[in-house]
Amino acid sequence: MDSMRDRFARTVTELLDQDPRVALVLAEITRDRVEEAERRHPDRVINVGIREQLLVGAGAGLALTGMRPVVHTFAGFLVERPFEQVKLDFGHQGAGGVLVSAGGSYDWPAGGFTHMAPGDVALLDTLDGWTVHVPGHADEAEALLRHAVAAGDDKVYVRLSEQANRDGLGVDGTRMLTVREGRGGVVIAVGPMLDNVLAAVEGLDVTVLYATTVRPFDGEALRRAAGDGPDVVIVEPYLAGTSTAAANEALQSVPHRVLGLGVGRRELRRYGDMAEHLRAHGLDPASLRARITDFLPSRMPAA
Amino acid sequence: MTTTTTVQAPAYGYADLPRLMALMTGDEKHGPAATSTLDALWVLYDRVLRVSPGTVDDPGRDRFLLSKGHGPMAYYAVLAAQGFVPVDVLPGFGSYDSPLGHHPDRLLVPGAEIGSGSLGHGLPIGVGSALGLRAQGLTDPAVWVLVGDAELDEGSNHEAIAYAGPAGLDRLHVLVIDNSSASHARPGGLAARFEAAGWSTATVDGRDHEALHAAYTTPHPGRPHAVIARVEPKNVTAAR
Repeated sequence: MDSMRDRFARTVTELLDQDPRVALVLAEITRDRVEEAERRHPDRVINVGIREQLLVGAGAGLALTGMRPVVHTFAGFLVERPFEQVKLDFGHQGAGGVLVSAGGSYDWPAGGFTHMAPGDVALLDTLDGWTVHVPGHADEAEALLRHAVAAGDDKVYVRLSEQANRDGLGVDGTRMLTVREGRGGVVIAVGPMLDNVLAAVEGLDVTVLYATTVRPFDGEALRRAAGDGPDVVIVEPYLAGTSTAAANEALQSVPHRVLGLGVGRRELRRYGDMAEHLRAHGLDPASLRARITDFLPSRMPAA
Repeated sequence: MTTTTTVQAPAYGYADLPRLMALMTGDEKHGPAATSTLDALWVLYDRVLRVSPGTVDDPGRDRFLLSKGHGPMAYYAVLAAQGFVPVDVLPGFGSYDSPLGHHPDRLLVPGAEIGSGSLGHGLPIGVGSALGLRAQGLTDPAVWVLVGDAELDEGSNHEAIAYAGPAGLDRLHVLVIDNSSASHARPGGLAARFEAAGWSTATVDGRDHEALHAAYTTPHPGRPHAVIARVEPKNVTAAR
């Protein structure tokens, strides 16, 4: 199976071929995977070098002339380092564009904390009007990228990861999917968290919703799944609790409880591999099962 | 209701700018800081930029990006004199219902290509604008970005300068208003930074209209162009 990042490179190459409005803006990262596109479209595949403020500012400038920029690098260098450019050059200027990140929260643990961006989605939550897609599979990454580029002049963030579920699902760029139904609570799995969540809740009487578009948050799907007096667990591959406020807002008319699981704030200062980091953050199936059943004790059948 | 197809000559000239600024500031006398950009802006809008109130949405228009958004009264006065901004909105400058703030907002000010205020954003956006025009085959429109000498402290500018030269963005122009306001600077350092990155440069008296016009219209094939317009030091009294 190809990675989301490989699929991104192939898909954006097709989009460049098909739509003269599309421009790809890079800061060296992933350039080696789009060489053919750069040869075919030298004016629309733009590598600005290792200059991330320019990366985002130039993307916005392209948008102001009517282009649809796709701006890409690792998540920390795309959202965190040039955050004011994201806030002002796109938001305040009223420009649209598609930001596509790689690396996520823990994709390259041996690379250390400088290459981890668990706070990217929470940062974007401080801004107005960003759509946030978190695909869990290369097929979903392709579908969501196409959806994002076609979304007029919207501001869209697509968060690619090296972590992927075994199977891709038919995501539509807006709604959550119901993967299984139960009566003892709702567990929302975001993007690459789905396989671990499904393994964790094996045999438990819970509903599992699958979210690959987290902003705008599909509150209607959550309300429908939750019914009266719901307990909700959200499992996200970035900062724990990032979507808790969105879930609370969706359920404000009914008494409810929400548990937000995800990446911890505390820096691990560990290298190693992704499986070790998932365990350290309590996001492996066994840890998830323990934390979910602890939160939903009255709803669970006796062991 | 009558309509007319004749093109009206601008109702205001250079001599009217102090009065237009006074509508915002309440005083016809303005210090060097408030007018540091005034002559450079006037010559650019009056004689060089190919954009008018009727072509603000034309894809082939020249773009002027005011990156140094501080002290925008001179900019608003020029936009009003050139017919982009109605003169009757000038007195409301900075008030809740006014489109004219102490930093410009492109969604509120007719003719403003960008909103600015936070320094160091205009030049990277200008690079993207030049790239976007080129990618669409629009090789004629010029992109102009006005920055202050102290604004060039911001590293984002250096990302843009270092990229635009080697990339050969010859439709990109930077107008640096040099009023010696940077705390840490060396003589000749402004032009040298652009030249080191392969830009064409011209350094002129920012009050001399003919010199400004000559610098603005100097050919610079294959290279972006920086005009450094020197005006009175911002803190002349403090420096003594």
